[in-house]
Amino acid sequence: MSEMETPIARVRGLGSAREGAGHWWQERQTSLGAFLLYLWLLVSLVRLAPFDQRVVADWLRDPFAAVPMLLLVWVTFRHLRDGLQVAVEDYVHDEGNKFFVLLLLNLFAVAAGALAAFAVLKIALGPPAA
Amino acid sequence: MHRNPDRPLSPHLTVWKWGPHMAVSILHRITGGALATVGALVLVWGLLAAAGPPDAWATFTKWATSWLGILVGIGLSWAFFQHSLSGLRHLVLDIGAGFELRTNKLWANATLAGAVLLTAAFWALVWGLAK
Ligand code: HEM
Repeated sequence: MSEMETPIARVRGLGSAREGAGHWWQERQTSLGAFLLYLWLLVSLVRLAPFDQRVVADWLRDPFAAVPMLLLVWVTFRHLRDGLQVAVEDYVHDEGNKFFVLLLLNLFAVAAGALAAFAVLKIALGPPAA
Repeated sequence: MHRNPDRPLSPHLTVWKWGPHMAVSILHRITGGALATVGALVLVWGLLAAAGPPDAWATFTKWATSWLGILVGIGLSWAFFQHSLSGLRHLVLDIGAGFELRTNKLWANATLAGAVLLTAAFWALVWGLAK
């Protein structure tokens, strides 16, 4: 049987593929980005109270709100994907389960992030409210 | 994983005296997990509702201002402040600073107190605006 095994099957899961440092650094960079962008969002939200839909939409039509909001969405889902991946790897040790859970995680992060970005673009590029 | 179950694990979680640095460490993971799931869903829902028809926005704001919504909101805001402060502490520890016992304990406690204070300040502000 062992001749049927490809070389990759023998080394998978055994050690570094030298991706760790890049992943680690990405997680630090996105955390600082998230911190600054969420400070901006909190200040903006406080100024938008009491959250009339028209007022919120008008705000997001301004490029200087829409662009930071898109960046915030990007950075949030990037940081959250990288972060949850590390947590999953700490607790799920079975290779098959890990593969499956990480697949679901990527699906969630990409789908939810794309929905959020689409909503921002729809407001930003759409016609002003009548 | 190719781990031999006959080999002993080094004792870790059970042998240490519980301290603020351990609480902050696990809270960072718990708050990160809550923000990444509940928080992310609220963000997506809110943005979709804002981009949608008026009744979609009305449904979202009705939920967000119900007592359940406010409870979730308080929880998420605390999680955000706790995770951000312990996240900033992480970045300092990552450059190799702040490991001296007293300093480490001081800043661990500071994130715990800071997160509660910031949450209270934030909701006092929101309360003031809502009136
Ligand atoms: C509000 C959106 C945010 C979400 C959804 C989020 C989510 C997460 C998650 C799920 C993790 C993984 C936790 C773990 O491995 O135990 C994580 C890790 C991390 N977060 Fe965040 N986070 C957010 C904002 C921030 C902010 C504002 C900072 C501030 C600097 C930050 C700093 C960090 C750091 C440094 C790590 C790595 C910790 C480690 O390696 O153990 N995060 N985040």
